[in-house]
Amino acid sequence: MSELDTIGFGLVIIAAAVGGAAILTWFERRLLGVWQDRYGPNRLGPFGVLQVAADMIKLLTKHDWVPPFADRAVFVFAPTAIVVAMLLGFAVVPFGPDLYILDINIGLLFFLGMTSLAVYSVLLGGLASNNKYALLGGLRSAAQMVSYEVFMGLSLMGVVMLTGSFNLRAIVEAQRDLWYCIPQCLGLFTFLIAGIAESHRLPFDLPEAEHELTAGFHTEYGGMKFAMFMLGEYLGLLLISCMITTLFFGGWLGPWLPPIVWFCLKVFVLICFFILLRAAIPRPRYDQLMALGWKVMLPLTLLNLLATGAIALLLEGA
Amino acid sequence: MLSSLTSQLRTIWTILQHSFTKAETVQYPEQMPYLAPRYRGRIVLTKDPDGEERCVACNLCAVACPVDCIALQQAVKEDGRWYPEFFRINFSRCIMCGMCEEACPTNAIQLTPDFEMCEYDRSNMVYEKEHLQIDGTGKYHDYNFYRVSGLAIKGKDKGQASNEAPPIDVKSLLP
Amino acid sequence: MMEMLFYLAALVALLATVLALTRANAAHALIYLIVSLLAVAVLFFLMGAPFAAALEIVIYAGAIMVLFVFVIMMLNVGEEGVAREREWLGGRNWIVPGILSALLLLELLLALRHAPAATSGTAVAPKAIGLTLFGPYVLAVEIASMLLLSGLVGAYHLGRRFIVRRERKR
Repeated sequence: MSELDTIGFGLVIIAAAVGGAAILTWFERRLLGVWQDRYGPNRLGPFGVLQVAADMIKLLTKHDWVPPFADRAVFVFAPTAIVVAMLLGFAVVPFGPDLYILDINIGLLFFLGMTSLAVYSVLLGGLASNNKYALLGGLRSAAQMVSYEVFMGLSLMGVVMLTGSFNLRAIVEAQRDLWYCIPQCLGLFTFLIAGIAESHRLPFDLPEAEHELTAGFHTEYGGMKFAMFMLGEYLGLLLISCMITTLFFGGWLGPWLPPIVWFCLKVFVLICFFILLRAAIPRPRYDQLMALGWKVMLPLTLLNLLATGAIALLLEGA
Repeated sequence: MLSSLTSQLRTIWTILQHSFTKAETVQYPEQMPYLAPRYRGRIVLTKDPDGEERCVACNLCAVACPVDCIALQQAVKEDGRWYPEFFRINFSRCIMCGMCEEACPTNAIQLTPDFEMCEYDRSNMVYEKEHLQIDGTGKYHDYNFYRVSGLAIKGKDKGQASNEAPPIDVKSLLP
Repeated sequence: MMEMLFYLAALVALLATVLALTRANAAHALIYLIVSLLAVAVLFFLMGAPFAAALEIVIYAGAIMVLFVFVIMMLNVGEEGVAREREWLGGRNWIVPGILSALLLLELLLALRHAPAATSGTAVAPKAIGLTLFGPYVLAVEIASMLLLSGLVGAYHLGRRFIVRRERKR
């Protein structure tokens, strides 16, 4: 691809990701409705899909207010960080054999870096709001992210070991015979949980925790700035789904259909699964979350790493 | 640990089964819910079977109202009968509790099965007498207060029924 | 083109570091420090060390600085904290550290004058780094891991004492 093509494709991906995230807000509400025996937004347009537009108009026309007690510069900067970081994360995702923006040999690490930078949005938003609920939400998210980042990275190392590369295209190519969701089922399980925690979605949305912290870190946010947080969260969901597809479910690989269709299909199923988790599982207590992270997930990932390493060495020796 | 994991998985499975159940939602404007005749909704003032207004402006409804949304002014007709000069209910305060209906000695004030009272302007929620008064008898078709109370009936004079005090002689000073 | 990007990133890194030093508000200083770290990561990337760049972002910017911000949040420094910091930053307190760093800078410049060209210009793959780390430098890696382990044990010990005390109270 020429440089101009890459830029064009990048713009297409940004538009698709932002548009997808917007549609996702409606889709999630509809799907939650299905699982909770109700309808969800079904009035505006076919199946209520224009609800997205209505929400957007509402958020755009709201008073863009900064509380007088807030740290103004940081308060305004915070919501942009998550959107920028998440959008940058899409740069390394290979959507098809020739459909990618960046093909670098540290693709996986780049993704991890971007997700870890997205934390600042929540953290600084909570700090700059100068509000005790926001501060508590920010504190929770800081501890949660740092804890879950540890084994998020480690859970992917099994995949890296089997492939021998951080390059995401190489990882997909290596899954031609067998998707990594089978040999790396433990890694998949831990990465899934870490991914939910990283995009702080239910059941791990303790930074928000409506009924304890009003709205957690975005208590003071409204209008477009709040919309940025929302967008960042849904972009995070999309990105995590893309990454799980790439790393564990063979990316664009699949018979008959064109690669991009396979990729989108897999991402779609994963998103449905994430929404199902949201519909089904209640939020854990904070100490339970931490205990789960450090006492269960971390040992599990280390075990997975050890076993993968040993088996890989054995197979190489044989 | 393992049992809690299976519990979580079972929860997910149960929720997934709900993909095939029907939604419980009532699609309201198209699909009206059934309202019983004695549903407590918008308040009306009713009339006698004779066509006279039932309200005698005794103020009991205003006293019984827990949110103080009823205001009325008593006036007297030439024949000595009381009637409300104005009768005002502020429906933005009303909680549709029905206390006024229970307090009313003449069954004048009644609650109806109508709840669709939205207004864009809040001051339109204040209903005056001409908005409240209806021409019918409401829920009690044959009831006329003046035909039932304070009357001598066959075999019993005033004040002789059970639980009834003898009529007060208003011209005497004795206690 | 590459050179221009390099100097741009270097400029950002320098400016952000200076701002991080001089800000009175701790949160602002930390944000500038994060920007500085990100700029350094870009420098690493441009010099052909993408792995180091990624680790800089993941570990320094993404994890360690988060803990810094966490501590700032816990301390809850308000207006008086900013005022105190401003007082400390003013005037005479700059002299000694300034002289010392100037000496170091001078020494660095003198030493670098005869140094060979900075980079080979070729990107180092992550695999090569792993092989080097666990080949010739395996001793350093092991020593570092021992250090981290001792830190871990120490942290656990401190935390455990707290837990025991709380349980006794119950």
